[in-house]
Amino acid sequence: MHVTTHQFADTLVVAPTGRIDHRSAAELEATLLPLLAGAAERQGALVLDFAEVEYISSVGLRVLMIAARQMRAAQARLSVAALQSVVAEIFSISRFDKVLVVHATLDEALAQASDAALAAYRARRTA
Amino acid sequence: MKGVRFWGTRGSLPVALTAAGLGHKLREVLRAARGQPIATDADIERLLGGLPFALAGTYGGHSSCVQIQIDDTGGGADYVLCDMGSGLRAFGQAAMAERGGKAQTFHIFMSHLHWDHIMGLPFFVPGFIPGNRVIVYGSHRELEFALRRQQEPPSFPVGLDIIFEGRVEFRHLEPGVAHEVAGLHVTTMLQRHAGDSYGYRFESAGKVLVYSTDSEHPLADPAHTERFVHFFRDADLVIFDAMYSLADAISFKADWGHSSNVVGVELCQLANVRHLCMTHHEPVFDDTAIEAVLAETRRLEEITRGATALRVSAAYDGLELAL
Repeated sequence: MHVTTHQFADTLVVAPTGRIDHRSAAELEATLLPLLAGAAERQGALVLDFAEVEYISSVGLRVLMIAARQMRAAQARLSVAALQSVVAEIFSISRFDKVLVVHATLDEALAQASDAALAAYRARRTA
Repeated sequence: MKGVRFWGTRGSLPVALTAAGLGHKLREVLRAARGQPIATDADIERLLGGLPFALAGTYGGHSSCVQIQIDDTGGGADYVLCDMGSGLRAFGQAAMAERGGKAQTFHIFMSHLHWDHIMGLPFFVPGFIPGNRVIVYGSHRELEFALRRQQEPPSFPVGLDIIFEGRVEFRHLEPGVAHEVAGLHVTTMLQRHAGDSYGYRFESAGKVLVYSTDSEHPLADPAHTERFVHFFRDADLVIFDAMYSLADAISFKADWGHSSNVVGVELCQLANVRHLCMTHHEPVFDDTAIEAVLAETRRLEEITRGATALRVSAAYDGLELAL
């Protein structure tokens, strides 16, 4: 699993790739925890861009639950964006779509995060 | 060991279909019958057979009790059960009707000693009959104490010794040690649940059945997962506590001692299980909700399937599954 990050104004976008399962969930957790701590400290937003995530198991979903708790405790915002169809079904079946904020696209997630974040993202995309 | 029959499938406490729930089903069935032929019994059977189970049937409401059906060519094999929830009363009536007054032995394996798993014993009529034996197996040191206490005043009017006159025996099973009972090779394993619970793996003539209810699975513990994968390995059927959604099980219902459909599918896929049967249904769920969980779980199995398919069922009172 590979994870990339981009800061757009007050919003950090974290984009893992591949499968998040019992082999890779610990790696995602280790990568994510300091990023969450930083975003929480700034009381900014963190968006998980799942466009390149093919599958997520219960162990991976647990990492998202931890992330959501950590951000909520700091009154910071966490959302997940651009789920592939299989991952969207897993979110629905596990009811994670009821406990996490899920956006259809990264544009939508950033628009929800802040105008500045969306503007920074669009500027980078058109650059 | 040829199969199982479920006598109680509801978690935590028994429930009953309400008048409003029955009325809803009747109205929906009558709507579905509009314009359909219903003149003959065959027409009616055809119509009902085409309706969803949540409409034409019910998942029932007794608490946990599962009968393991033993190969019985001579007609006199001992009875084997898991847990003594309220479903045990219905089983007892059926056993009496099946074999009448002939002396029988009943082997009952206990997952744990919470009310919903023991409440059927005081109403187990075959235990009242001289000549019958009821042998209760479990890995809790408090097995006999809990069953005696259940029938003490002020909670129950008649004590265990008065009703059963010594026909109930207690046998301790050491976890992880193999035991031979009624022709079955039986091993137990400690599970995570308040006050502990135990899963059972039954093996006989190449068939493997696992009974694993009231069991929470901590997702951050790979050794725990590996232990269960080993326990479930190559089972023909795993009867699994899928009471909660995954999100509930790891958030506000964490440490409540139960599991989810998602973890059931994952463990069974990792263990190369042939058939997963979900049980210990959430008591607030109606038939439509349980059927929706079943459909979603089958879909989850489909989109995550590896080399072999896993059959997925939802238990209901009266369901029989072959091994």
